[in-house]
Amino acid sequence: MATFKEFRNNVKPNWCPGCGDFSIQAAIQRAAANVGLEPEELAVISGIGCSGRISGYINAYGLHGIHGRALPIAQGVKLANRELTVIASGGDGDGFAIGMGHTVHAIRRNLNITYIVMDNQIYGLTKGQTSPRSAEGFKTKSTPEGSIESTLSPLEIAMSAGATFVAQSFSSDLKQLTSLIEAGIKHEGFSLINVFSPCVTFNKINTYDWFKENIVNLEQFPEYDPSNRMAAMNKIMETEGMLTGLIYQNKQRKSYEDMITGFQQESLSKQDLTLSEADFNKLVAEFK
Amino acid sequence: MISQLSWKIGGQQGEGVESTDRIFSTALNRLGYYLYGYRHFSSRIKGGHTNNKIRISTKPIRAISDDLDILVAFDQESIDLNAKELRTGGVVVADAKFNPVIPEGVDARLFAVPITKIAEELGTSLMKNMVASGASWALLGLPLEVFNKAVEEEFGRKGQAVVEKNIEAVKLGAEFVLEQAGGPLDAFKLEEADGEQKLFMIGNEAIGLGCVAAGCRLMSAYPITPASEIMEYLIKKLPKFGGTVVQTEDEIAAVTMAIGANYAGVRTMTASAGPGLSLMMEAIGLAGMTETPLVIVNTQRGGPSTGLPTKQEQSDLNAMVYGTHGEIPKIVIAPASIEDCFYDMIEAFNLAEQYQVPVIVMTDLQLSLGKQSCDVLDLNKIQINRGKLVTEAPELAQHELFKRYEFTEDGVSQRVLPGVKNGIHHVTGVEHDETGRPSESAANRLRMMDKRLNKLNNLQVREALRVDAPHAEPELLIIGMGSTGGTIDQARAWLEQDGVTTNHITVRQIHPFPTEQLFSYLQAAKKVVVLENNATAQLAGQIKMNVGFADKINSQLKYDGNPFLPSEVYQACKELV
Repeated sequence: MATFKEFRNNVKPNWCPGCGDFSIQAAIQRAAANVGLEPEELAVISGIGCSGRISGYINAYGLHGIHGRALPIAQGVKLANRELTVIASGGDGDGFAIGMGHTVHAIRRNLNITYIVMDNQIYGLTKGQTSPRSAEGFKTKSTPEGSIESTLSPLEIAMSAGATFVAQSFSSDLKQLTSLIEAGIKHEGFSLINVFSPCVTFNKINTYDWFKENIVNLEQFPEYDPSNRMAAMNKIMETEGMLTGLIYQNKQRKSYEDMITGFQQESLSKQDLTLSEADFNKLVAEFK
Repeated sequence: MISQLSWKIGGQQGEGVESTDRIFSTALNRLGYYLYGYRHFSSRIKGGHTNNKIRISTKPIRAISDDLDILVAFDQESIDLNAKELRTGGVVVADAKFNPVIPEGVDARLFAVPITKIAEELGTSLMKNMVASGASWALLGLPLEVFNKAVEEEFGRKGQAVVEKNIEAVKLGAEFVLEQAGGPLDAFKLEEADGEQKLFMIGNEAIGLGCVAAGCRLMSAYPITPASEIMEYLIKKLPKFGGTVVQTEDEIAAVTMAIGANYAGVRTMTASAGPGLSLMMEAIGLAGMTETPLVIVNTQRGGPSTGLPTKQEQSDLNAMVYGTHGEIPKIVIAPASIEDCFYDMIEAFNLAEQYQVPVIVMTDLQLSLGKQSCDVLDLNKIQINRGKLVTEAPELAQHELFKRYEFTEDGVSQRVLPGVKNGIHHVTGVEHDETGRPSESAANRLRMMDKRLNKLNNLQVREALRVDAPHAEPELLIIGMGSTGGTIDQARAWLEQDGVTTNHITVRQIHPFPTEQLFSYLQAAKKVVVLENNATAQLAGQIKMNVGFADKINSQLKYDGNPFLPSEVYQACKELV
């Protein structure tokens, strides 16, 4: 069985020293090993931005696509080969701005993939513009007077879109993050894990210390029941989204793959493509 | 006895025009006639004039006709709009309910049949299409039992009572009109057909069937006119072969999902029309850059923007050839017949995997939606070629990656699918090295660009040109693409009668342009006409740019939303010579 080291490669990430994304990379590698995967059984599909580079930093199959489209690509991969563990990953701009449409519909569709958002509340790779996750009043290069748009709550959106697994974590809490990613991988359906991942270069407000002061860990509430949708929604609103842990999980709903008529357990990519003469004749006969 | 005639039914959209046409043509197909249909419809569900025209012949036909023999009209508007097509001595079968009038100057015979009244007396006005089609069928003197069989198939699911009612409606319509006419009309007596039932389908269905035969098992798509029938066909069929169709949130998701699935090893396609193709442009570049096979069908309609969504046009050529930023290898092919729609899909999936490039199959609305007789499709002609796909990879040293983009003589590298041990590599739209890792090295950049762009140097596409060149030095070379071939051939027959020698070439490989193959034909012709359904002569532009002979080339353009009529082509050519 592969250890987390086998999910490492020899590429030095081009992230800034201290970037929150390093721990997310480590957590994915640990979680992959912990759930018993071999590197070739994992496909990491990422978007564009600093965070999008992550697929190149993990020893697994990786596809670094186009901005905002990690999720549809990842869903295509999963439909083609359901035996693969598929992780989609990208930043808050990738998933909640340009790719928001796909995020909502991927949640609704509920394919068995895990989506890890590296949420730093700012555009890093383009050197510091506002993101849908930026707080109102947040000053950036594109909002010199402060952002006048309201902050998007991905957790509320996920819940209202019918998510079956919603979690949030903080890149400083490697232990919690790793176990949430493990749980997400094991979840039979779409799992959204939003991770606060401080940008040490461009975001001087939402810093490590700021998160430590402001986040509420659900572990503090032993009575919290993540299967209760209404409680989950309440908790998100109560904490204004500043909570970490497993927020909601619906284990009843089947994954998309399991609901497709005629879809088999064997991966589609391994099936025979040839059409028998009998099948062909039957198809043709319909046009007579 | 005549060997061919044209029949049209017109009414308000949602009034049963479609179903009447379907049953009428199914019955004709049973008798072995060759059929070619044309739908005139609007982008709305109920209301608005719509008409379907069928050309019926004892010989293969691939074009609509200029004129019309029989018009079945549910309202006066249908008569007013279409009577001008009626040939002298033509017939109008109309509902007596609206007191139909033949417009002045039109020499046609009117049969006012109480269509609605008969239907209502049978229980529902919905059956008026049966009354009307029964009446027009009877005028042709064709066997009623064949028609009734088609009715039975159409309504069988709804139970015997419904079938019987409809058959009764057909009978009453037929009886009424025969009494008025004094029997079937001699002038419309069709020669007997060969009795051999043909395949009868629209281009989009042939495309869907081609996909199944090609081993396509996934389709991701967003509904759009005139492409939706492809997904509707495949969602019915793919589950039987383990696959599925995903209706995505937009065309960007459709194309990127297809890229993901192709990357992971399943032949996957998407289909759309102009607006959807515009949305896919960035992703087409990703497929080109990452050398991921991808098949896209573009069923062209009137553009730009929303344009004429239900009308014929061939104006996406430049967008398909040049679309996506930067420079990638890409193949664009254009089926020119219903049979092409089928075989080209197998070709497209093979080319996409052999060359690891995006392939766009470009039809047009008339080809995609026109229902027509199709030759026998031969499964034995189909071969699936997955190119340099490997299922095993040699052992790698620590931190070594599979060379997915290895430099090779033909530019095509081995492709391994996720899941294969020792096959791990990176895939990125960023410029990359042989293992897929990002690289900004100038030397690597040049080699990689050349690798990708030279892949198509040896491209072999099935019938890049379809050539009908009986003359060594014709007065006229007519060049077209897509659905215009049959119309051109009809016009050529008339031109030859006038003593004008013509050759005809259909360009099927649009990109990379088949320059060498086309050269000698252009050189040999005195004059050249390029016929296309767009305003800016896009095909002619490609020919001039790639092959030359600009001084010989004339363009015949039509961009009013309607296909060319044979007479228009004939007249244009005649004026030119």
